[in-house]
Amino acid sequence: MLEIEIDGKKLTVPQGSTVMDAAHSVGTYIPHFCYHKKLSIAANCRMCLVEVEKAPKPLPACATPVTDGMKVHTHSDMAKKAQAGVMEFLLINHPLDCPICDQGGECQLQDLAVGYGNSSSRYQEEKRSVVGKDMGPLVSAEEMSRCIHCTRCVRFTEEIGGFQEIGMANRSEFSEIMPYLGKTVNSEISGNVIDLCPVGALTSKPFRYSTRAWELSRRKSVSPHDGLGSNLVVQVKSNEVMRVLPLENEAINECWIADRDRFSYEGLNSAERLQKPMIKFDGKWHETDWETALAYVVKGLNGVSADHGKDAIGFLTSPHSTTEELYLAQKLARAFGVNNIDYRLRRSDFSADAAQQGAQWLGSSIAELTAAKSILVVGSTQRKEQPLLASHLRQAVKKGSALNVIHVAGDTLLTAVNAKLIVSPLALVNALAQVLKAVVEIKSAQTAVDLAAVVVGAEAQAIAASLTGAESAAIVLGNVAQHHPAFAQLLKLAQEISALTGARFGLLAEAANSTGAELVGALPHRAAFGAAATAGLNAAAMIAAPRKAYFLLNTEVEFDSYNPQAAVAAMKQAATVIALTAYKGAGLLDYADVLLPIAPFSETAGSFVNMEGKLQSFNGVVRPLGETRPAWKVLRVLGNMLGLTGFEQNSAEEVRAELLAKGSIESAFNNALGDVAINAAVTTGLVRIGEVPLYQADAICRRAQSLQQTADATAPVARAHSSLLARLNVAAGKEGLLRQGSGELKVLVEADDSLPADTVRLATAHPLTVGLGGMFDSIELTQG
Amino acid sequence: MLSAQSLAAIDREVAKYPADQKRSAVMGALRIALVERREAGKTPEERCLNTEVIEFVANYLQIPPVAAYEVATFYNMYDMKPVGQYKITVCTNLPCALSGGVNAAEYISKKLGIAIGETSADGKYTLLEGECMGACGDAPVLLVNNHKMCSFMTPEAIDKKLAELN
Ligand code: SF4
Ligand code: FES
Ligand code: FES
Repeated sequence: MLEIEIDGKKLTVPQGSTVMDAAHSVGTYIPHFCYHKKLSIAANCRMCLVEVEKAPKPLPACATPVTDGMKVHTHSDMAKKAQAGVMEFLLINHPLDCPICDQGGECQLQDLAVGYGNSSSRYQEEKRSVVGKDMGPLVSAEEMSRCIHCTRCVRFTEEIGGFQEIGMANRSEFSEIMPYLGKTVNSEISGNVIDLCPVGALTSKPFRYSTRAWELSRRKSVSPHDGLGSNLVVQVKSNEVMRVLPLENEAINECWIADRDRFSYEGLNSAERLQKPMIKFDGKWHETDWETALAYVVKGLNGVSADHGKDAIGFLTSPHSTTEELYLAQKLARAFGVNNIDYRLRRSDFSADAAQQGAQWLGSSIAELTAAKSILVVGSTQRKEQPLLASHLRQAVKKGSALNVIHVAGDTLLTAVNAKLIVSPLALVNALAQVLKAVVEIKSAQTAVDLAAVVVGAEAQAIAASLTGAESAAIVLGNVAQHHPAFAQLLKLAQEISALTGARFGLLAEAANSTGAELVGALPHRAAFGAAATAGLNAAAMIAAPRKAYFLLNTEVEFDSYNPQAAVAAMKQAATVIALTAYKGAGLLDYADVLLPIAPFSETAGSFVNMEGKLQSFNGVVRPLGETRPAWKVLRVLGNMLGLTGFEQNSAEEVRAELLAKGSIESAFNNALGDVAINAAVTTGLVRIGEVPLYQADAICRRAQSLQQTADATAPVARAHSSLLARLNVAAGKEGLLRQGSGELKVLVEADDSLPADTVRLATAHPLTVGLGGMFDSIELTQG
Repeated sequence: MLSAQSLAAIDREVAKYPADQKRSAVMGALRIALVERREAGKTPEERCLNTEVIEFVANYLQIPPVAAYEVATFYNMYDMKPVGQYKITVCTNLPCALSGGVNAAEYISKKLGIAIGETSADGKYTLLEGECMGACGDAPVLLVNNHKMCSFMTPEAIDKKLAELN
């Protein structure tokens, strides 16, 4: 520890601290632009000059290491003069166009100029001007004359984003910040540069010129998209969400959010929002009032149950719904006598349901995951599933963790990977079994799994060595693994490896509330906190054996199902489809009979349980749009109208309290499975890799216009290894014909030699591909 | 995009640094790319670096294109603008200026009929001003094509040099 004095205050700081760190630890503010606690030190803005006794000239606090006995003055005449001088220099070329600048009112340069600058400048000469740059649909770089060259944006893309997409070209007074000529900034977390930019050079394209920062009220919320559970500040004006910013939470999202968290709010204000209940009769949609619509729903449910029995009804829910909504939905279904309820619409393997012993989760905290010295990620298109978690893992690698990957596609993770096994979905179980076998050999241990026929490859050996050699290890299964037709085997294998290596194992929760849905028992085989339930049909079974009536909570089955073709067919054959939804999507308008407008996360109180099992509650930030109502209220009213007991809750908080009284969250999680038979043999055949595109994951982001213009939202193309294309006689760069079940589609085919042989990669959950079948099922490809 | 020789030369640069720090070779690699283009290029446009070449070099070194672009635009010896077959850079910094550096530049300018910063219509010469080349004692000095330093460039010496280049 070093002793130091800042402005007369004595303190001790650890070796290696900078003067800036030391000042922050005692709450002394030193003005700065280029310094950022999460980025490397650049020391190029010079705003943080302070006086250090015995130093002949002012020193930059952000880059000056503390030495023992150092005496620092941040407000002495020397420091103040230096700061004012730097400010005068910074403003020489700054246009001072604050009245028309979007950053006005929340600009660090503005604030510091007032606080530390002079009231006028001596500079009379011409200012330089810099032409605007095109960084894509999210980040505006229109007014680059405002840039003060702090390089925060550059360092962010390189250090946090993993790939330097922005650079500073030229030299001295010709320096310009730009993306590579002709390219846009395509990082999934690019929006953070807007927050980082201390001036108005980089601003939010969707938000620009819509309102002034001081007209907004700030409300806390939680991201409704991926399972990370990023904390948000939602900014609101006149009952409309205008902007979303990160709320710092070191344990979850640090000070960042992904672009999906930041820009999807545009979907909240979409013209497709359903504002009034609607009923379809004679093939036409009619707006109606709540009373009529609810009576219609009750009549429908009672009618089907009287004619066909309760088992003819299926409840399909969404892991993007709040804990309270999911709890009430399963309660409503079960109280009414319907056991067919599920939230796992994109899963295809339910064989472990009976073997499940607790709610499934990450298996550790996010911090424990990223602190593990060896991490194995199985079946995850990381950057497109949980973009920010992918960035956390990147930081973990920088801190010395070994990242190992077993996946179906060799996408770059923008980080160093220790060992990587890229195989066809049909060989995924085999790949993980190879690792288990190698671990068994290294540990000279035993396993009950029959691995006799498994041949361990070099990469699997390297993964096993990494897992066994590290002092802490973690194995996590991503979305692809969870959607995979052999999910249960993958989880079981992870469990076996964990038993031998001490690694933690679990799931990277797909959606904001997948873990919550597990907890509340929106499942056919478990009720809240694992309470016994009369077994019903799972999501796939409800589609495979179509029901007479479907009750859809917050889901568009054509985008949310493992097999959209079958799901839509099941909806169409049903006597009635009741949909609680925030949007009147084309699919719902086609197959539903009644639409009840429910509030998205921004318009209701509720809570999400993130992948690490943390329940985060939030309040609505705006009033429900039109006649929209929070889904928990709708479910409660339906409970009453159906004559069921236990639906008297007066608030979301009461629903939550009722749920939480049923058990303890901490002890509810358990990823261990009972018996699951492992078949590690590799079958052959052409199979689809059908991932969910980043901005098609949920109903809100599907309708966020700016996100829909990004590179990640371009129309799906079919990708396959060039050797496969040659064998099938299909030309790359031309349209090919893809067929799954009764659906076929003409789509551009491209060669991609990073894919395993015998796979066709074609995104699901997109309007273009909804006619096709299962995400990881067999597929046919011809020139057509 | 680059010849096998150039790639071999770049590989030699890369070999000078630890395997995980290929980026260190970016300056050498850009220099090699530029020399190849200057020697093979037929027009001023073909003799300088452009975004495709820089991106190629960046990909070859497995660094982001913009990182290579930063380097290429920072140092003025990397020609980013069309350049003549002979790029003549005359030092006009103070010590040289005191010993006839500016005069030398003006002499060349008159003789070639191009202003400083221009390229002759036939694409043969480009005349540029340069900063101190660390050879002030030999003033006036000039550089031909970045690599050839010429000292004591009196008008006679310049005449001789230009005749040689012709
Ligand atoms: S654009 Fe903004 S963040 Fe980037 S260097 Fe300029 S001032 Fe800094
Ligand atoms: S904050 Fe220290 S030099 Fe920029
Ligand atoms: S000033 Fe010309 S070489 Fe030094």
